[in-house]
Amino acid sequence: MWRYEKILQYPVRVSRTDLGLAKLLSAQYGGPDSELSAGLRYLTQRYVIPTDEAKAILTDIGTEELAHWEIIGTLIYKLTEGVPVQRLRRAGLGADYAQHGRAIYPSDATGVPWTASYIQAHEDPIATLHENMAAEQKARATYENLIDLSNDAGVIDTLIFLRKREVVHFQRFGEALNIVRDHLEAQD
Amino acid sequence: MTREELRQLREIQALEFTVLEFALYLDTHLQDQAALKEYNRYSQQLRELRMDYQERYGPLHIMHPSDYPWEYPRSPWPWQIEY
Ligand SMILES: [Fe+2]
Repeated sequence: MWRYEKILQYPVRVSRTDLGLAKLLSAQYGGPDSELSAGLRYLTQRYVIPTDEAKAILTDIGTEELAHWEIIGTLIYKLTEGVPVQRLRRAGLGADYAQHGRAIYPSDATGVPWTASYIQAHEDPIATLHENMAAEQKARATYENLIDLSNDAGVIDTLIFLRKREVVHFQRFGEALNIVRDHLEAQD
Repeated sequence: MTREELRQLREIQALEFTVLEFALYLDTHLQDQAALKEYNRYSQQLRELRMDYQERYGPLHIMHPSDYPWEYPRSPWPWQIEY
């Protein structure tokens, strides 16, 4: 089961509303390499993965990704909070307002809705763990692009934290891959 | 949210992060006794801090005992907190 905790994993501070930046951050809310993709990918891969270590790391990193998804949602919420409709429209968010109002919706930075085709689950654990390592690198690269595009010190601070997590996750999946390899070799 | 409440919340946040970081490491290093010792030390600290915070300011999760009326919905939601 999962248990919700009423606390962000890392503080979110924004200096002012910024609609353009909010739109760009959707990349990590509902884009291909978003926190949503990461969380669902790892949590759905757990069932058939061999070794207890790999089951544990998929469960715990998958759960942490959902906490990151909440951080990105919070950033978007704070960057758009209370902005008048005409300002939304001038910033190019008219279509978003027409369809969602100011609600937060999992689509990417260009407005394409999230889809499960961004992720894969394969019984082969070597394929799965390589996919996850690639996913962490793609998320890291996306955060670097978002940091380049930001000019709000608070937002940048949170994005730097999230970028570092991808580096740690990549490392842990690499270790899980070695454990799974040893396990498969011991079976042959 | 008062300054003191926010200070304690941030302390919990920082400790939860430390504990999580050790847990992920331990998931792939079951036999690292030194890391496990650190993990146990920080998770004990976290448990005490969380208990103390929740008794003062209300539950962080729905499994915590509550005064009347049901307190959980009333404390600030994570996205509404001004850091
Ligand atoms: Fe990650």
